[in-house]
Amino acid sequence: MSAEKTKKTVPYTVPIGPVHPALKEPVMFTFGMEGEIVRTVDFAPGQTHRGIEWMGMRRNPVQIVHLTDRVCGICGIVHSISFARAVEQIVGIEVPERADYIRTILHELERIQSHLLWAGVAAHELGFDSLFYLAWRVREESMDLIENLTGNRVNYGIIQVGGVRRDISDEQRPLIEKGLAYYEGLLDQMATLFLEDSTIRMRCRDHGFLSEDDARKLCTVGPSARASGLNMDVRQDYPYCAYGDLDVKAILPPAETGGPRGDVYDRIIVRLLEIGQSVGIIRQCLDAMPAGEILWEPKMAKLLAACKKADGEAIGRVEAPRGECMHYVRMAGKEAPESWKIKASTYSNLMSWIPMLQGEQLADIPIIVASIDPCLSCTDRVTVVRDGKPDILTKEDLTRLSREKTRRLMQ
Amino acid sequence: MKIPRSFNRSLWVFHLNTGSCNGCEIEIVATITPRYDPERFGMRLVGSPKHADVLLVTGPVTKKMAPRARRVYEQMANPKVVMCIGTCGQSGGVFYDSYNLDGPIDQVLPVDVYVPGCPPRPEAIIYGVVKALEKLERLEAEQ
Repeated sequence: MSAEKTKKTVPYTVPIGPVHPALKEPVMFTFGMEGEIVRTVDFAPGQTHRGIEWMGMRRNPVQIVHLTDRVCGICGIVHSISFARAVEQIVGIEVPERADYIRTILHELERIQSHLLWAGVAAHELGFDSLFYLAWRVREESMDLIENLTGNRVNYGIIQVGGVRRDISDEQRPLIEKGLAYYEGLLDQMATLFLEDSTIRMRCRDHGFLSEDDARKLCTVGPSARASGLNMDVRQDYPYCAYGDLDVKAILPPAETGGPRGDVYDRIIVRLLEIGQSVGIIRQCLDAMPAGEILWEPKMAKLLAACKKADGEAIGRVEAPRGECMHYVRMAGKEAPESWKIKASTYSNLMSWIPMLQGEQLADIPIIVASIDPCLSCTDRVTVVRDGKPDILTKEDLTRLSREKTRRLMQ
Repeated sequence: MKIPRSFNRSLWVFHLNTGSCNGCEIEIVATITPRYDPERFGMRLVGSPKHADVLLVTGPVTKKMAPRARRVYEQMANPKVVMCIGTCGQSGGVFYDSYNLDGPIDQVLPVDVYVPGCPPRPEAIIYGVVKALEKLERLEAEQ
């Protein structure tokens, strides 16, 4: 929405950002306000655009895997698995089963730490700082576990095209078990702290409402979509890594808490339940993990030579803690990919802010903005518009293309 | 180490993200949480650069954020210290050949303390703050 239009329809505008204490990352909001009520919402991401895709098209897949870790510091594994899976499909690499299980374990550990991080940030935005410190205190346990398994606290650098770079040894298994038991013991306590607290209930129940219909229309993904009642989860719908062997069901807000209403409170419920689900998945993985290799090809030069010969395109889809994340890669017989596109989960979720924020009070903005767990460093990509012709296909265009293809085939 | 005089005035920190991957952000927030707890020395994150003694800058400074970083720096009162957290602020790191960077940070702001790492551990950040304290002590003596 343009600035002039905002000025005409609402009494005054409130700009927030790009540097603002309520925002952890730079993004520029413009709110059209009528008294305390938000009427119009506009936002401008793009402050953290670093041109990662452009850089990737000048590097080889083994180098890019380390770049994908730094697309986002919170969900690095998601991006690396997603990119690695795309390349593996193009090259025709069969990932060893053990590597798939290790990837799944790390993926779920990352989900635990990311959801706890979010729970802390949400409590902080509500002004409940003791809960923020508590959530981050228990998060440190998962960070320790991740550090033990990968060697790093953040930006793990463990995924490699064709597998993982470190094995999980028998000595590490009791440590993981201990960590899981710790979180299992905590779940009830966390649920009591977050869900039975009257302050959190008052601030979050029926605020930041997103209907199921809106969620579907705006292509919302991940916990935000599930909180609105959409039964979708890439792990369940299109299993990857070891998820095909495991029992994974999308988590919706249970009926005893009032069913999926699509408010901020439901998003808290979904994320808390997903921590428990992740613990269960890691348990299943530990039980079912087969012995064997962890890399398709340990020799880097051979791996790169195989990648260099590859020709084709593929998409790697992964369920990030924030929703579906997608990497599109096209290789054309060169060292570097010919094309690389990242669709991060927050990119799909950004538009849901508009119906969520409209009609809410100014003071509710921080928690509603935080409720989709935005990650802007994931999101800030760029689209090149050449000769003023944006390549956007509407539904009509797609129908036309489809009909033309039928006609072509009939001839 | 001798406890510097700056300690009389608790160190307040403002955090500025100039296009970082969030890795350093979460480590900075992890630094102020109970396991490390520098708040017992009065160190805390504040919401306005006008209240801060130390500016923590993360990220490789994208073109859009460079003028904002300068504006934030100008709003801080003297004496002030700029800390650069993370490798990408020092050299560009993995983003060294990007087309959208005005950084590294020392091309935009005068940096006093560098904390390397991608991202640095909370212990390293706390060590950096100790170095910043020593520098503030020197700056105060000069004033």
